[in-house]
Amino acid sequence: MKENIISIKELCKNFGKFKAVDRITFDVKRGEIFGFLGANGAGKTTAIRMLCGLSYPTSGSGTVAGFDVMRNGEKIKHHIGYMSQRFSLYDDLTVYENMKLFGGIYGLSKMQVERRSVEILNQLQFKSEINTLVGSLPLGWKQKLAFCVASLHRPEIVFLDEPTGGVDPVTRRQFWEMIYKASSEGTTIFVTTHYMDEAEYCNRVSIMVDGQIKALDSPAELKKQFNASAIDEVFRSLARGAKRGE
Amino acid sequence: MTGFASFVKKESLHILRDKWTLLIILIFPIVELLLFGFAISIEIKNINFAVSVPHRTEAIRKQVEQISSNPYFTFRGYISGNEVDKELRSGKSDAVVEFSKDNSVLIALDASNPNKAMEGAGYLQSILMSGNSNASETTSNLSSIIPETHMLYNPQMNSAYNFVPGIMGLIFILICAMMTSVSIVREKETGTMDVLLVSPVKPIRIIFAKMVPYFTLSCINLACILFLARYVLKVPMSGNLGGVIGISLLYLSLALALGLLISTVTSKQITALIISGMLLLLPIIMLSGMVFPIENMPAALKPLTYIVPARWYISAIRKLMIEGLPFKYVLKEFSVLLTMTLFLVALALKNFKDKME
Amino acid sequence: MRTLLVLLDKEFRQFFRNAFLPKMVLMFPLAVMLIFPWTTTMDVHHVNISIVDNDHSQASERLINKVRASDYFTLSNNAETYSMALENLEKGKVDVIVEIPKDFEKDLENGKPEKVSIFANTVNAIKGSLGSQYMSQTATQSIAELYKEKGVSFSSARVSVQYRYNPTLTYRYFMIPALMIMLIIMICGFLPALNIVSEKEIGTIEQINVTPVNKFTFTLAKLVPYWIMGFFVLAVAMIIAWLVYGLIPAGSIGAIFLGAALAALSMSGLGVIVANNSNTVQQAMFVMFFFVMIFVLMSGLITPIESMPSWAQTLTYAFPPRYFVDIMRSVYLKGTLLSELWVDYISLAGLALLLDLLAAITYKKQE
Repeated sequence: MKENIISIKELCKNFGKFKAVDRITFDVKRGEIFGFLGANGAGKTTAIRMLCGLSYPTSGSGTVAGFDVMRNGEKIKHHIGYMSQRFSLYDDLTVYENMKLFGGIYGLSKMQVERRSVEILNQLQFKSEINTLVGSLPLGWKQKLAFCVASLHRPEIVFLDEPTGGVDPVTRRQFWEMIYKASSEGTTIFVTTHYMDEAEYCNRVSIMVDGQIKALDSPAELKKQFNASAIDEVFRSLARGAKRGE
Repeated sequence: MTGFASFVKKESLHILRDKWTLLIILIFPIVELLLFGFAISIEIKNINFAVSVPHRTEAIRKQVEQISSNPYFTFRGYISGNEVDKELRSGKSDAVVEFSKDNSVLIALDASNPNKAMEGAGYLQSILMSGNSNASETTSNLSSIIPETHMLYNPQMNSAYNFVPGIMGLIFILICAMMTSVSIVREKETGTMDVLLVSPVKPIRIIFAKMVPYFTLSCINLACILFLARYVLKVPMSGNLGGVIGISLLYLSLALALGLLISTVTSKQITALIISGMLLLLPIIMLSGMVFPIENMPAALKPLTYIVPARWYISAIRKLMIEGLPFKYVLKEFSVLLTMTLFLVALALKNFKDKME
Repeated sequence: MRTLLVLLDKEFRQFFRNAFLPKMVLMFPLAVMLIFPWTTTMDVHHVNISIVDNDHSQASERLINKVRASDYFTLSNNAETYSMALENLEKGKVDVIVEIPKDFEKDLENGKPEKVSIFANTVNAIKGSLGSQYMSQTATQSIAELYKEKGVSFSSARVSVQYRYNPTLTYRYFMIPALMIMLIIMICGFLPALNIVSEKEIGTIEQINVTPVNKFTFTLAKLVPYWIMGFFVLAVAMIIAWLVYGLIPAGSIGAIFLGAALAALSMSGLGVIVANNSNTVQQAMFVMFFFVMIFVLMSGLITPIESMPSWAQTLTYAFPPRYFVDIMRSVYLKGTLLSELWVDYISLAGLALLLDLLAAITYKKQE
């Protein structure tokens, strides 16, 4: 039984009276691909920001990579990688310059950065674009590169916040292949998404509605539980009473 | 609701929802007007002087007393002859009066600020020349023929009078230009501009819809500033209020047009803000006549001042508000500002259309 | 340390890739230093005088000629009466009115002088005060001469005047250091603030916040480029001051750059504080603009601090540029030694330290 690398208990985030995240409790095992599902506005991004040390929880407790989310946010950051839906790479730097920057920040030596970058770009068959400004790349490539940069330093956990938003199906497929590969190498993947079909790719999935976790299990179990043939249906039955969302 | 009106509403909501910025835009001009109005003065109000003497005679002591009885002069003390240089260089005194054994007097002045030095020299000279003289029946004291000077319009030399038009000219144009340019460019940057342009409302109307709420805000600012200038800073509105408001409204329109023009030359908010807030600040302070008189500038530079809108506005406001002249005296300024506004609007619209194609 | 270098590398690359900023940082100081010193004249030339001669005597004629001969004054049409002269003054055609009293010559002969009156239009306070002063001196001189011819002498001590540090009384020299300071205030104040808030607005700052980069390193990486820029701009300005205006520092260049360093540290610290508390570039710009306006107008750059009411003077102790103004002008024009300015340096350093500490403290990686 793999140990828990993320362990969260009754975590809350309130903005004034508004309960963005309402007492969520869950664990993530090392090496898992954990899907964090929910509609827009359900509270996913707020939750992930607490896990990454970007936001202080209002109450509750938890550890990520062994460090307390309340008090040791900064220490968590040494062990994670992060990619957000809004942005991840600097548009006015080249592919290589972005890698050099984040590699250096995470303590990789110049040589290590060089080696890793070339390795990654070769795998993606993207080496020719090593000196292209990220701003001129299509969105799909930006997202893929962002994931690579997030895992450049081989962190224990990689957090992905809506990584495949606005991207074509082929790229989405390639993205998930990259995720599988990282997972097979031992990296824990924590991914939020509102594409319900992507749930099938995860080991376990949680579904958030109105700030609370209404379901948590493997995709297969959830479908059985809700008598559904796709996670989509599971979601819709849970979301029927939802007050927030699309 | 017509397309235009709904855009105006949208813009107004944007502004109202950003409470912080709204507060800043309304409060800052007021704070600055009060600060500068009360605090800034070009008068030389204090000259520190020291005295170096071989012997402290009674006559000299009397003269020192006479000089320090003037509230604008502060006596720093007696120093020795070889300390004179240090005294001036270190800034402890602005002037040193050196009496020598043969009764001649040397006034050594720190002329890094020439105006201060000249005023100090003038006053010290007149005291020192008339004093220490062996006045008798055959000779009279110089002070009897020194003319009587009266200051008009500003007897207390209340520099608020001088600065309020300048501050108005500066604040209105920069704040309006910044507000308008950044608001338009923000839409470009976030991509929502395309959404607007795709709507059935003509682009020109969209742009003007943006300006309406900012114009309103500026009018509120104008009203506050005029109120404060009159009742708190005691600037006389001896002229016609209507004229002041009229030309101010024109100036505000010019400022908005300027902001519009700036927004057409860049697609980044930072650039728009740097141009309207930072790059324009110095030219307006330096070339508008708000601090440095235009008449004294070299002939080659005077044409440069003609293109600074603030120059005309400040000149007009001075005439209307402070000198209380009727409106016909500012027709020149009014027409120049009008021409500038029309030109800026035309140029901005042309740019806007060109960029869209 | 490596993190700092890597971040600095990023900042510089981004800066030079920007289409606008590098050009602006070069052209703006050039334009300012080449144009504005010429506009900063407080010299009073061409004061328009209107003389109301109520005496129409030889003596009054002599006085009028004296004024006519002077470089400072432009004798406009002499008005018949005071009210006519006043009208011209109202129209802005006349700056100073001189009224020669009736019986001016007669009183001269009797040795009982009737005073000449001077009326100054002080809407433009400089012209008013200086113009009337010159006029007063000129009138006094010529009246004394007239008396001398009649055998009445005014004894006065031999008084000579020596103008030091700026013997030609060129106002430009007084303003050139001020312009340099304004450049530093703006570049080290506005630019770092806008840079940081821009990253906030776009969202790229999150990507840094989620890394182990500590906030001091991050803040430093944001500031260092602008300090360098501040020095660059100062150097360019000083070279232009030398080549175009013939003004070289009378004092030590080291003292100047030390002052500049402290000023840059203060302004940029303030910029970061503003940035940390703003969410949009618009907010940051308006707030910085507020401060910059106050600093530019109230630090003694254009108008003297001693001319301000005491409450305002006290306020200026909190303005970093105030100390820098004193340092710059003293070192540049008078050759004042660093040791003689230690109060300014210490105060400036103290403010810089305070502002930079606050800058680092107010940056929140985690909300």
